[in-house]
Amino acid sequence: MTSDVLVPFLAAIVGGALRVGVPFLFVSLGECLTEKSGRINLGLEGVLVFSAMAGFGGAYLSGSPWLGVALAACAGAALALLHGVLCSLPRVNDVATGIALMLFGTGLAFYFGKPLIQPQAAQLPPLALGGWSDSPVVQAALQVNPLLPLGIVLAIAMNWGFGRTRWGLLVRLAGDSASATKALGYSVDGIRIAATVVGGAIAGLGGASLTLFYPGSWNEGISSGQGLIAVALVIFARWSALRCVGAALLFGGAGAIGPALQSIGISQGYYLFAAVPYVLTLVILVISCRPGSVARGSPGELSSVK
Amino acid sequence: MCLPVGALAAALLIFGGFVWLNGASPVETWTILFKGAFGDWFSWQNTLQRAAPLMLTALCVALPARAGLIIIGGEGAVVLGGLAAAALPYAIPLPGNVVGTAMLCIAGMAVGAAWIALAGALRQYRGVNETISSLLLAYTAIALFKQLVEGPLRDPKTLNKPSTRSLVETLQIGGIAGSDVHWGLVLGVVACVGLGLWLAFTPGGFAVRVVGGNPRTAQLVGLPASRLILLACALGGAAAGLAGAVEVAAVHTNANASLIAGYGYAGILVAFIARQSPFAIIPVAILFGGFGAAGSLLQRRLGLPDASVQVLQGIAFVLILASESLRSVDWAAVAKKWRQRATPEPDEPAPPIATAKERTA
Repeated sequence: MTSDVLVPFLAAIVGGALRVGVPFLFVSLGECLTEKSGRINLGLEGVLVFSAMAGFGGAYLSGSPWLGVALAACAGAALALLHGVLCSLPRVNDVATGIALMLFGTGLAFYFGKPLIQPQAAQLPPLALGGWSDSPVVQAALQVNPLLPLGIVLAIAMNWGFGRTRWGLLVRLAGDSASATKALGYSVDGIRIAATVVGGAIAGLGGASLTLFYPGSWNEGISSGQGLIAVALVIFARWSALRCVGAALLFGGAGAIGPALQSIGISQGYYLFAAVPYVLTLVILVISCRPGSVARGSPGELSSVK
Repeated sequence: MCLPVGALAAALLIFGGFVWLNGASPVETWTILFKGAFGDWFSWQNTLQRAAPLMLTALCVALPARAGLIIIGGEGAVVLGGLAAAALPYAIPLPGNVVGTAMLCIAGMAVGAAWIALAGALRQYRGVNETISSLLLAYTAIALFKQLVEGPLRDPKTLNKPSTRSLVETLQIGGIAGSDVHWGLVLGVVACVGLGLWLAFTPGGFAVRVVGGNPRTAQLVGLPASRLILLACALGGAAAGLAGAVEVAAVHTNANASLIAGYGYAGILVAFIARQSPFAIIPVAILFGGFGAAGSLLQRRLGLPDASVQVLQGIAFVLILASESLRSVDWAAVAKKWRQRATPEPDEPAPPIATAKERTA
């Protein structure tokens, strides 16, 4: 590969990682918060699609992309509230509820999103980080989603919060031992519902970045499993908000291989390259899971990793 | 029995309120939903045609669930099973009769079984969560399907919609007694009844239920848990693969993108409403096949988006799970409390200290 091919290829990969990785980042941060409180929310896939639709609709109707982002976060929180409350009922399984929420959120999004397929909504203004380079390819690749810095700040804040703040410690307490939480006089369900709702709002930001930045339109195939890959990412990141950032960018890059190859004229095996993130997730799960033992760093109350 | 029916009724009620908020008449919606599903012979044919794959994909959720695994990637087994059936004539010459059709079905079942058993094996031998891995495998399967259908297996004559070569007519599955209802329905019912009997009355089926119900007991009595779990996954995957093969041989006549119709996901809902019982899957699959059939009528008559059926399914799924919590309610105690409230009795003096029961609560 000569350098005039290599530079666009690498630029496409890096640019793709920054664009495609943002939804992964937000959903995995939301899931990280939810799982730290001891519950798994597989429904974040539904939350992602529903909030993507809500964000696009909000931006289209109001004309302001930032109102769309706010609406997406609210939509995500509302759907996650349903999950949190349902899981607090006795005998209700959080994995099954997550699957139900996945179908419900997607159905709602398709229902309300029907009139939104044609129009164009106001998009988030990109941050141009490529000013240092003369190459237009590099400049184009570094047109970064303005939500990305927010996500990184959020990851750092969460990392600090889990270790240093009363609220963060409470979430971890509920996640590690329900009985200890009860003994200290806190409501386990209350903490978990709150963590699920905030997690849903964070995942909603991921939905907004799908429809308001990249790919930047609403259609029914807007998410194909990003929400679920993010759940697996949290296991890979061993429940650390900071590692979620790296994992999300890695997956964004993996998802960008297909389009990047296409951009330099290799279109064979396009669908196979589209499957790279799924296969990569599986491989990572196979490597990072151990039969019969609990994954390192996992919250003690979490049912899914046992 | 009474809880799922009640939850379904409540789901229809809430769905009525939902369409009312969007300016449609709930009564008209319910009527059309019923008419479009079971109103006349034409709707019945459509309903039963959709129910056949739903029964088989629901088995792909129910059987692993009885062994303790939540598998939601049936869609992957459906598309690969269909692809295997469509691709088999490329590889070997098939006799143009029932034997050839059976070979198509077996190819689909084998591929489906392998795909779902892989998720079971990953969980059993590597500790990978099967819910996530099965769904990732489903997305991978769909990518593989598109790659093969648009690449090496593509019939060059199909321009707009890439498809594999059509099956010759003698290999296709026809309708029952001249109707549009194809023999896949019979296969679905037979699979549900057969696997239901197997679970209920054979040592193998009983062993699977023990492994799913109480893994510790299974370990203590020395059941080969891993082998049983893989068996349950493979049987479920075979059912879903058969669904794909039947869809190809009876409906589409070749493998193309229409095969990715979401039967695998709808099967999850059917299995959960049937409480993972193969026998109960049959009526539930017919009911939801009916809702699916009524979807296009809702769209044409009332102008509702075609996703309204998905909304109804979502509401039903959420309520079914929520209704589980009512199962633990002691109804006699609730009734007693209400009677007491109706005839006010002199207040009991409050106990000065918490009673033992309260403390443990």
